[in-house]
Amino acid sequence: MKIHEYQAKQILSEYNVPVQRGYVVSKKSDINETIQRVQNDFNSESVVVKAQIHAGGRGKGGGVKFCSNYNKAVEASQSILGMNLITPQTGKDGKIVNQIFITEAIDIDKELYFALMFDRSKNADVFIVSTEGGMDIEEVAEKFPEKIVKAWISGETKPLRDAINKIIESLELSSIKDAHTFFENIYQCYNQNDCSLLEINPLVITTEKKLIALDAKVDIDSNALFRQEKISSFHDKTEEDPLELQASEFGLNYIKLDGNVGCMVNGAGLAMATMDIIKHCGGEPANFLDVGGAANVDTIKNGFKIILSDPNVKSILINIFGGIVRCDRVANGVIQAIKELNLDVGVVVRLQGTNADLARKILDESDIKLESAETIEEAAKKAVAMVS
Amino acid sequence: MSILLKKETSILVQGITGSEGLFHTEQMIDYGSNILCGVTPGKGGQYATKNNLPVFNSIEDAMKKFKIDASIIFVPPRFAANAILEAIEEKISLIVCISEGIPVRDMKRVKIALDASSSILIGPNCPGLITAEESKMGITPGFICKKGPIGILSKSGTLTYEAIDQIVNIGYGISTAVGIGGDPIIGSSMIDILKHFENDPETEAVVLIGEIGGNMENEAAKWIKNNFSKPVVSFIAGQTAPKGKRMGHAGAIISEGSETAEAKIKTLKECGISVSKTVSEIGITMKKLLGEK
Repeated sequence: MKIHEYQAKQILSEYNVPVQRGYVVSKKSDINETIQRVQNDFNSESVVVKAQIHAGGRGKGGGVKFCSNYNKAVEASQSILGMNLITPQTGKDGKIVNQIFITEAIDIDKELYFALMFDRSKNADVFIVSTEGGMDIEEVAEKFPEKIVKAWISGETKPLRDAINKIIESLELSSIKDAHTFFENIYQCYNQNDCSLLEINPLVITTEKKLIALDAKVDIDSNALFRQEKISSFHDKTEEDPLELQASEFGLNYIKLDGNVGCMVNGAGLAMATMDIIKHCGGEPANFLDVGGAANVDTIKNGFKIILSDPNVKSILINIFGGIVRCDRVANGVIQAIKELNLDVGVVVRLQGTNADLARKILDESDIKLESAETIEEAAKKAVAMVS
Repeated sequence: MSILLKKETSILVQGITGSEGLFHTEQMIDYGSNILCGVTPGKGGQYATKNNLPVFNSIEDAMKKFKIDASIIFVPPRFAANAILEAIEEKISLIVCISEGIPVRDMKRVKIALDASSSILIGPNCPGLITAEESKMGITPGFICKKGPIGILSKSGTLTYEAIDQIVNIGYGISTAVGIGGDPIIGSSMIDILKHFENDPETEAVVLIGEIGGNMENEAAKWIKNNFSKPVVSFIAGQTAPKGKRMGHAGAIISEGSETAEAKIKTLKECGISVSKTVSEIGITMKKLLGEK
């Protein structure tokens, strides 16, 4: 789960990690007062107005503005709050800015890059740092690969100390007081809050030689939300695709894509493989949809509803491997769902597994307009033919 | 022969009284698995399944009565890591964890304990394993398997079933099919399982099924090139998956270039491994490969 910058900074502050401070605003009527509070509370004439959306690259899209005085801050806040922000990561439609974070301005001496995440290939957490802060890390990796330093942590005591020493050395921070504690606190914050990513870009050295997290991007392991009550409350549903959100409320795993051949499959791997074969047969998949293990009438009906909310969909391929669920039951479920929903797009059904022959007979003999197929390839060809 | 699991392997079920655990224990018994007892903390003294298997509060208690070779875990995700740790502590040689949704931080703890032990862990978030016509530990539908010389190794559940089905339909059979799961941290890697297949005289060829995310397929490909003597047919799911979107499995997300299906397919081919172009051609590709020999 992604959270906003101001929420990430809130968590970091609880671990005594110095952050660039500010207040969040969601109503235009609160803007003037909040700017004054930031100026007074943090003794900072200049302020920074930052759009709070989950996508990165906010500055490039005009979602982050440095303002040298109150009037400029009001103007920037008025224009950013409510704007449709398009960044390299939002897609072409952009995202509406529902909240802005108004912060103190910091006198920066140097900008660094810092990230902490889990490295699957090494089965260990890893610090990733660079002296080239402030820019996109992928850009740094491309332009200055030698300037990215990684330090792996495979244990909590000595390995953590060693890793921190390594990044302090490579970031040339040995003269900064409390640098070690700074990174140790970040690690505790990352670990205890079940973060899957904690990125600070830029991490700055101020003119007073202090380390401050100017920005913060934190992702949380969704599987651990049951024990992260406070972070769970940070969930911002407006950031999610409404269809994907609705699907997850149905217990379905759906991701919208750009094609016109819809698909409904049990199992994530088989669902991806079905998308791939649609493409291989000359079509474009409209979605990823995993209906999970129990393919009953309700899940199939909900699956149809979700797929058909996308107006591009011209045909639907159902691919179910019936293991524990019997195929004849799935076939009856498909027929019932199509009848109840009055479907008017072409449907191809491929069922394999327990009672697959009986299922095909049920499908072929029904008075519903659908086609059955024996192999996935045959099903994909039929579904693609329906749209061309 | 086969790998890891045999007809006589004695099995304990952790989480036997839950609805999933109960249902699949009966399915496993029907398949012929040698299941002796179960564990559910707080329910010791009860009996479960139609065979009235004894339920114990802990593995330690169960092992006072039975000799246990293997444990299968159907425990809710928030308790599953501790269940695995208990099995490791009791020195169970083969542990299979079906539970889906275990936090990564919990699996880090498990991995450290596992590496310091001699236990083998399959999963979590996997369909488990099945040795055709002998025994199954997991949720793979047994009826699709016939005994034969092909080993199956996969990150995905239903793709494992699909591969088994195609291999059986072209006239071969299965030695053992192992679903290792698609989470960021899993107990056994592809290479770990390939080593077992290499040493199993009954397995003559292997189907290797991967997907987007992580680098395990690339590492396996390089390992196969230098160490594996048997023919391999591979398939990688997710060629049409967009970057940065998680496709179901917690680990199925592309964050680096080497994690795309395209990159993995390229590496596999460079290592001389047959790649099935589509999911429909896994069986045929194997037939062609074995026919050539």
